Amino acid sequence: MLKYANPTNFLALAARLIPWLAAATALLLIVGLYLTFFVAPDDYQQGASVKIMYLHVPSAWLSMMCYIIMTSAALGTIVWRHPLADAAQKAAAPLGAAFTLLCLVSGSLWGKPMWGTWWVWDARLTSVLVLFLIYLGLVGLWRTIEEPAQAARAAAILTLVGVVNIPIIKFSVDWWNTLHQPASVFRVGGPAISGSMLWTLLIMALGFSFLFLTLHLMAIRNEILRRRLRRLSIDAAHAEEKAEATA
Amino acid sequence: MNQQFALTSLSARSVSVDRGGRAIVKNIHFELRAGEALVALGRNGAGKSTLLRAIAGFLPLSGGELTHAGEASEAPLPELCHYVGHADGLKSALTASENLEFWARMLATPSSGESLAPSQALHRMGLKRLADFPVAYLSAGQKRRVALARLFVSPRPLWILDEPATALDVASQEILGEAFARHRASGGMIIAATHAPLGLIDAAVLDLSATDAGAIGNA
Amino acid sequence: MMQSALSALFWRELQLARSVGGGGAMGVVFFLILVSLTPFAIGPDLNLLSRIGPAILWIAALLATLLGLDRLFQSDADDGSLDLLLTAATPLELVVLVKCVAHWIATALPLIVASPLLGLTLAMEPASLAGISLSLLAGTPALTMLGAIGAALTAGLRRGGLLMAVLILPLTTPVLIFGVSAATAASGGTVPFHIPILILCGLSLAAVAGAPFAAAAALRSRDA
Repeated sequence: MLKYANPTNFLALAARLIPWLAAATALLLIVGLYLTFFVAPDDYQQGASVKIMYLHVPSAWLSMMCYIIMTSAALGTIVWRHPLADAAQKAAAPLGAAFTLLCLVSGSLWGKPMWGTWWVWDARLTSVLVLFLIYLGLVGLWRTIEEPAQAARAAAILTLVGVVNIPIIKFSVDWWNTLHQPASVFRVGGPAISGSMLWTLLIMALGFSFLFLTLHLMAIRNEILRRRLRRLSIDAAHAEEKAEATA
Repeated sequence: MNQQFALTSLSARSVSVDRGGRAIVKNIHFELRAGEALVALGRNGAGKSTLLRAIAGFLPLSGGELTHAGEASEAPLPELCHYVGHADGLKSALTASENLEFWARMLATPSSGESLAPSQALHRMGLKRLADFPVAYLSAGQKRRVALARLFVSPRPLWILDEPATALDVASQEILGEAFARHRASGGMIIAATHAPLGLIDAAVLDLSATDAGAIGNA
Repeated sequence: MMQSALSALFWRELQLARSVGGGGAMGVVFFLILVSLTPFAIGPDLNLLSRIGPAILWIAALLATLLGLDRLFQSDADDGSLDLLLTAATPLELVVLVKCVAHWIATALPLIVASPLLGLTLAMEPASLAGISLSLLAGTPALTMLGAIGAALTAGLRRGGLLMAVLILPLTTPVLIFGVSAATAASGGTVPFHIPILILCGLSLAAVAGAPFAAAAALRSRDA
C-alpha cells in the first residue's frame, strides 16, 4: 500500500486500474438501469416516479461517502503532508459537489409528484443542501489559493471542520421526523422494500460507487500531472533566467 | 530612427505637491527638450516618487505649472507619457504576453512613432521564451522586465520611470540602458528616479534633498 | 483605436473574473447561501416563504452584487494598473463603464439565471419566478453602477470593503423598493407589473448614464 503512495507508482497503478474500473462501471450501470426500467415494479402509491429513487439514493450515499474519503485524505494532508493526499482531497471536492447536486435535483424531481412541491425545508434535505454548500466552498478555496501545498492544508482544515455535518445528515431523519421518508434500507428488522427493488438499488449503488472511484482516480491522476506541469513550468522559468544571465 | 516625436519641450515652473496637508515637493524648476533626460535624486522620502506621480498626472499640483510644447501639445501630458512605477501593473493570472497585449491596445496612441509588437517587445527584454507563462510564475526581475516592455509597445515621447532598475540583473540593466539611448536619440524624453548607472550619465540631475529651490546641476 | 482599447479591457475583465478564485461563480454561491439561510431563521413554512420569497431573493441579490464589487478597482489600485489606465487616451468614464458591464455579466447575470431555481426552493409560483428574473434583469445594472461609485471611493483604502457597503446600501433603497414591488406585482396584487418595472429600468438607465462620471471623478481624486 505504501508503495503506491509514491505519485509515480500511483500513476502506473492508476493507468492499469482505470480501464477495468471504467468497464465495471459501465456494466453495472447498464444492468442497473435495465433493472430499474424493466424489472423493478412501480410503487402502488408512487407509480413510475419511484424509479427516481434508484438515482437519488445512490447519489445521496455517494455525497456522504465522498466526504468521508475527503476527510481521510485531509488527515493524510495534515498528519503526513503527503502530496498524494492533497491530490485526493482536491479531486474529491468537485465530484462530491456533483453527486450532491444530483441528489438534490433528483430529490426535487421526485418531491414534485410526491409532495406537490419542488422543495421542502425539512431537516434532511436542508442538511444535504448545507453539505452541497460546504463542497462549493471547498472548490472555491482550492481555486483561490495559488500554492498547492498551502491550499491543501487550508482545505483539510475546512474539511475536518465540516465533517461535523456528516453525522447530522445521517441521523437527521431520526432526530427530526418530518415530511421526508424515514431511512428504509438499513433499519432494524431488515429492509422494508421488496426483493427486486432492493437488488436494483444495490446494483445501482455499486455502479455509482465504481463511477465515483473511476472518476476520482482519473482526477487524482490529472491533479498529479497538473502539479508536475506547474513545477516544471516554474523550473523552466527560473532556468531561463539563469541561461539569460550567463549569455 | 529619426521620426518626429510629438514633444519638443517640457518645463516645470515652481511646481509643488502636497500630500496629507504637507508640502512634499516644493518649488521645483526644470526644463527638458527633446532627447534630454532628467534624473531625480534624493534620500528616501525626499519626494522623488511624488514628483514623478504628479508629472504623470496621478496627483494634483498644489502650486506652479507644468507646460509641454510640441506637435501634440493639445493632448494632456498623461496621455503622452509611459509611467513605470513600483507596482508592475500586471495581472498574475494572465500570461506575460496577454498582459502586454492588453497594455499595447489600452495605451495605443495616434502618434506615428515606431512601436514593437508585444512579442517583439518581450523578445527585446529577453523574455521571448517566457511569453506564455502566467506572470505568477515569474520572478520579481522578470515581472519588472515585462512592465518595462510596455515602453516599446506604444510610442510615447515621455518616459517617467520610478526606480526602473529595481530587481534587474546587470544584463537587463544594459538592455534598458540601450533602450534609453535609442529613445533619446529619436527625440524622446526620460524622467527617472534611479541610482543605477543606466546610460543616463549625461542627464540633468534634480537633487530633491539639497535645497527647497530644487537646484539643477550636471552629474 | 478606442474601440480596440475598450474591447481589450472588456475581454480582460471577463477573463480575470473567470480565473481569479472564480470571482463570478463565488457570487452565485454567496447568493445561494443567503437564500438558504433565510428559512433557518424564518422557519420552513412554505406559505410564508412563498409570500416573502421575492424580498429574500432581492436582498440576497443586493448583497451578492455588492460583495464582489469591492474588488472592482481595488485589485487594479493594488497592482498599479489603475495608474496606467489614467494614462490611456480612453476617457476614464468609459473605462469604468466597460469594467462595470463586464462585472455585471460575470456576477449579476449568473444571479439572474439562478434566481428562478432558488425561487423554486421558496415555493414561488411560475408568474412570480418570471417576475423575479425580470425585475433582477432590470434592476441589477443600477446596483452594479451604484456599487462602482462606492468601489471607486474606497479604492486604495485598507478595509474598504465594509465601508463601501455602508456607503452604498442606503443609496440602493429605491432599487430594492421597486424591485421587490415588481416581483410581487407579477403574481397579482394591486399594482400593475409594468409600473414598477419601468421605474426600475429608469433607475438603471440613470445609473448607467451618471455613475461612470461619479466613479471616474472619485478615482481621479484618489490620493495615491
